[in-house]
Amino acid sequence: MANKLINQLGLPKSIANIFAARNIITAKALLLMEQRVRNESLAGHLPTRLKGLDEALCGGIPFGVLTELVGPPGIGKTQFCLKLSLLASLPVNCGGLEGRVIYIDVESKFSSKRLIEIGTKSFPEIFHKKGMAQEMAGRIMILRPTSLSEFAESLHRIKVSLLQQQVKLLIIDSMAALVLGEHDSGASRQQALGWHVSFIKSLAEFSRIPIVLTNQVRSQIGDESLMYSFQARSHSTKEDTPVTFDSHLVAALGINWAHAVTIRLVLESKSGQRFIKLAKSPISPPLAFPFNITASGIVLLDDNGIEMKGPEINNIHCQGQNALSNYERVRHQL
Amino acid sequence: MEIGMLPISASKRGKLLAAGYTTLHSIATTSITHLATDIEVSESEALEILNFATRNSALERSSGSNTNVIQVGGQTAWDMLNEERFSSSITTSCADLDNILGGGINCKEVTEIGGVPGIGKTQIGIQLAVNVQIPLDYGGLGGKAIYIDTEGSFMVERVLQIAEACIEDMSEYSHHFHKDNQAYGVKMHPNSILENIFYFRVCSYTEQIALVNYLDKFVTEHKDVKIIIIDSVTFHFRQDFEDMALRTRLLGEMSLKLMKLAKNFSLAVVMLNQVTTKHVEGSFQLTLALGDSWSHSCTNRIILYWNGDERHAYIDKSPSLKSASAPYSVTSRGIRNSTSSSKRIKMV
Repeated sequence: MANKLINQLGLPKSIANIFAARNIITAKALLLMEQRVRNESLAGHLPTRLKGLDEALCGGIPFGVLTELVGPPGIGKTQFCLKLSLLASLPVNCGGLEGRVIYIDVESKFSSKRLIEIGTKSFPEIFHKKGMAQEMAGRIMILRPTSLSEFAESLHRIKVSLLQQQVKLLIIDSMAALVLGEHDSGASRQQALGWHVSFIKSLAEFSRIPIVLTNQVRSQIGDESLMYSFQARSHSTKEDTPVTFDSHLVAALGINWAHAVTIRLVLESKSGQRFIKLAKSPISPPLAFPFNITASGIVLLDDNGIEMKGPEINNIHCQGQNALSNYERVRHQL
Repeated sequence: MEIGMLPISASKRGKLLAAGYTTLHSIATTSITHLATDIEVSESEALEILNFATRNSALERSSGSNTNVIQVGGQTAWDMLNEERFSSSITTSCADLDNILGGGINCKEVTEIGGVPGIGKTQIGIQLAVNVQIPLDYGGLGGKAIYIDTEGSFMVERVLQIAEACIEDMSEYSHHFHKDNQAYGVKMHPNSILENIFYFRVCSYTEQIALVNYLDKFVTEHKDVKIIIIDSVTFHFRQDFEDMALRTRLLGEMSLKLMKLAKNFSLAVVMLNQVTTKHVEGSFQLTLALGDSWSHSCTNRIILYWNGDERHAYIDKSPSLKSASAPYSVTSRGIRNSTSSSKRIKMV
């Protein structure tokens, strides 16, 4: 049954060394699964405590891949991130990872007051114990890089802590703010982004921790959707698709970025109701869950989710501004 | 038998037969290194045998003007036609898609599949890695798969789901057609399906190229590998590449090696590609990534796209298949036929 690592295959030493240095090892998919189930806590997923979402994601936010949260401003991306950092710092017997969290807060949105509020409202038994709040909040490290290069430096430093197995979750809030603030022209921005994406992905891969990034939105420029050349030919002759006046937004950072993330969660507001949608996920069906933001963070209104067909799930709506400002009112009431 | 006509020792004759060389033609069309490894002789001895074989088979066909006969390694179109009749294909589990592909993803060919994020490229890759293992009794190839993951999108939970669904489908099939025969139980277990997928994770373009170079040796040692899936071939070549000419060269070399692998070992190579936008005639259009010169590198090219609310696959380029598009869907059991009632295969 033993499948061989490259160095056992009798290759000439020079090639085997190169491969080992570059970390190419072969594995049978079965061994992969067994390793993960055995070694990783919670079988390789960080539960979000949102039942419907966790079920769809086969347990929660997966380790070792990039998960993106994208949505219009004020929809709840940072709230989600705050809750996740809390969940990761929880002790293992409460369903957490009992690890440190690195929160890269580019736009200075992190509110420790709000973090404690979410903690005390969601896990009252834990937080009312003496010193627990301090211990858990003490595990969350907030970094505030002001430029892309500073960010890259911090990443290199983080790599060491990851090696020592202390950090269990990395949150970057927001990726878009880092990149878009930097370069003007498209090409150099794409290149810089490309390098960072590769690096973050390999970081996720070898450290096997979940990495969550947030992204902004921008309005759709030009006409409807992009098509291939063979589609354009047939489309021009037909006029059966009705012109919709439904304006919507798209995720920032481009199509290259959209390919690079493994899981994309779209948060949007449609007719005053907020939804969290699984727009891209290799392990889940395309579901949309309605949610609200309460004192204890994000709460799903329906664990079953609405199945969305077609590319509609990628569209981001921002209708019902009142709903967004409702949050502010709720917050001040507490 | 024809082998008997060769002036070689009986032991060598025995070795040839044991290795499967029953006709002079099969020896004449193989290369020296392959012959040498297959029958475990030195290369000079293999060359000798090869020369005898070509001379003899040349004598058979020398009637007529064509004295420019089978050069070592070459084949006539007639022989290729006969071979192609028996060449196998791997089903995609979607009948419509299999139809436009002429049965499925063909072995001995390099197929490129591209599409926007979320359209199902990785899903098709995983489905093929599972389907190649369908036993011969059920119309499959009974082979193993190599999955080269450059993006980290290979999620084991999903492979397990698809593997279990495949086994269930096979049991159902055997119930239908072998109701009387009790012995036809499906003996596969999802874990054994996972065991037959060789998974490689590469983290840079140099690793990717090194791995493709190494595959020749790997497949020689694991002769039952019937499909190589690269998911995606684009990722490392898109990030941070300054010298475009170098990129084109590297990609070209890589695709030649893969084509050679496909032909030599009779396996299918599937490369998954991403999309990019290009400015054409005043508007932006979607196109597959890696440039124009790359688009020549593969034998077949399939583009996955959204048509309204349905996923479709379109054959963009193929030497033998007609340009057509077929609907498919991604379900919890994997790739399946689309369930819409008005589905039709559009010939373009």
